[in-house]
Amino acid sequence: MIAIDNVNKTYGDNVVLERVSASVQEGEFVTLVGASGCGKSTFLKMLLGTEVPSSGSLLLDGEPIPNEPDSSRGIVFQQYSVFPHMTVLANVLAARGFLQPGITGRLWGKKRAQALGDAKALLLEVGLEHALNKYPHELSGGMRQRLAIAQALLDQPRILLLDEPFGALDPGIRADMHKLVLRLWKQHRLTVFMVTHDLQEAFHLGTRLWVFDKIRHDPDAPQAWGATITYDLSVTEVGVDEYQKMQEDLGQPIPPFSLVS
Amino acid sequence: MKRLINAAPSRVSAMALGILPFVLLLIIYSMGSDARLEVNPNDKLLPSFAQMGDAIQRMAFEPSKRTGEYLFWQDTLSSLTRLGMGMLIAASLGLVIGLSTGALPLARAGFSPLVTVISLVPPLALLPILFIVFGLGEVSKVALIAIGITPAIAREIQRRTEEIPSEQIVKAQTLGANTAQIFSRVLLPQLLPRLIDSVRLTMGSGWLFLISAEAIASTDGLGYRIFLVRRYMSMDVILPYVFWITLLAFLLDLLLRLANKRLFPWYQ
Repeated sequence: MIAIDNVNKTYGDNVVLERVSASVQEGEFVTLVGASGCGKSTFLKMLLGTEVPSSGSLLLDGEPIPNEPDSSRGIVFQQYSVFPHMTVLANVLAARGFLQPGITGRLWGKKRAQALGDAKALLLEVGLEHALNKYPHELSGGMRQRLAIAQALLDQPRILLLDEPFGALDPGIRADMHKLVLRLWKQHRLTVFMVTHDLQEAFHLGTRLWVFDKIRHDPDAPQAWGATITYDLSVTEVGVDEYQKMQEDLGQPIPPFSLVS
Repeated sequence: MKRLINAAPSRVSAMALGILPFVLLLIIYSMGSDARLEVNPNDKLLPSFAQMGDAIQRMAFEPSKRTGEYLFWQDTLSSLTRLGMGMLIAASLGLVIGLSTGALPLARAGFSPLVTVISLVPPLALLPILFIVFGLGEVSKVALIAIGITPAIAREIQRRTEEIPSEQIVKAQTLGANTAQIFSRVLLPQLLPRLIDSVRLTMGSGWLFLISAEAIASTDGLGYRIFLVRRYMSMDVILPYVFWITLLAFLLDLLLRLANKRLFPWYQ
């Protein structure tokens, strides 16, 4: 579905990504981990269309990924993903309205009734059925992210991009969100790319894990070399040796091997 | 004993402390006024409250001998009309300019430098030009307010537009929104309360331009009146007028603040 061939990204002299190649099948759940500034978010932005590769190709079904965001790829950011001036229900309805041509994208009559039904069903699915008429500032952080996910999913994008969506949440709420995301991923047959700082989360959620890191280092010019995908593994098939090596490389505790497999 | 920086008044004492300076001012004024009037009953500088009451009675509740109008209300109506029209034009233009320069990189490149330069021109220096171009009638006064306020509102709205997180704009696009929909559903509704805020902030300058224009060339209006009666040193008219202008300014501000709270419950 997605073919990434030798993608590079540079800003002037600063090489962020180099020689990134991979291919992703429909329905995979790819988690992207790596140190801060390693280019994983930049890579997500390329999939989104707000950044373009400096060289190389990024193909979606054989066509280059459009260079601006559109409705084939939904996104949930860490924050600011919902519209603060709309109620919960209006936030989700807007997702349907924006698919209409026209200046305001407001829905009328039958279409509105249909959208209202879909929106309420989806909000029930994410557990926001009691908050339909609340504004985002009245919601907790976890509820806001649920809303952002519902909004992104209403019109069935094929690809869902998650940019550290749970980074600001409490651990308990995070676990609930994990269940929700896994359920929605299976139910809606999504292809998911998720950037996270948290290896444990990456192992728990993903079917495939990418680690972004620099292979080459020049101590005098840290910007001269970019990061690439140093590990690309199917989470269900990690070997013990590989697992331990990764743990050393990343210097971060990851869940015991038994939990992963 | 707490440190001074930690000592906070209770609700009641805070109110008392707030009223105290007003009471003191009134007492000082009336003592000064009494003292001067005792020496010279015809003194005009510090009229007594009774004299001011008489003046207002004459201006507001008795028709003028010359025109038959109730001057006080006529002045108020004219001034508020000019101020309202000027502010309305400034708010509309400022919103359109600020929204487009804030949201569209192309518009920003084209208009932002112009708006910056115009905002540096002192509006009162343009008043003679306005009088020459539009004559001495209503248009030039309204135009002065509009020209004086528009750049301030436009720049404020541009800043506020840029402050809206880009995540929202990207999100709207991933939901399929076109540029017009992003403007009408995402940006504009979020900017309206900020527009009202910036009208509140610029209203003070609005009054300044209004009173200046009325003082220089007019036949009625609150500013015209106080500058007219200055010739006769009629402090008994000027002081109540100044008080009335202050009260109007306060009420307008209160009205806008309440409107913001009422119309935009999500806005804090």
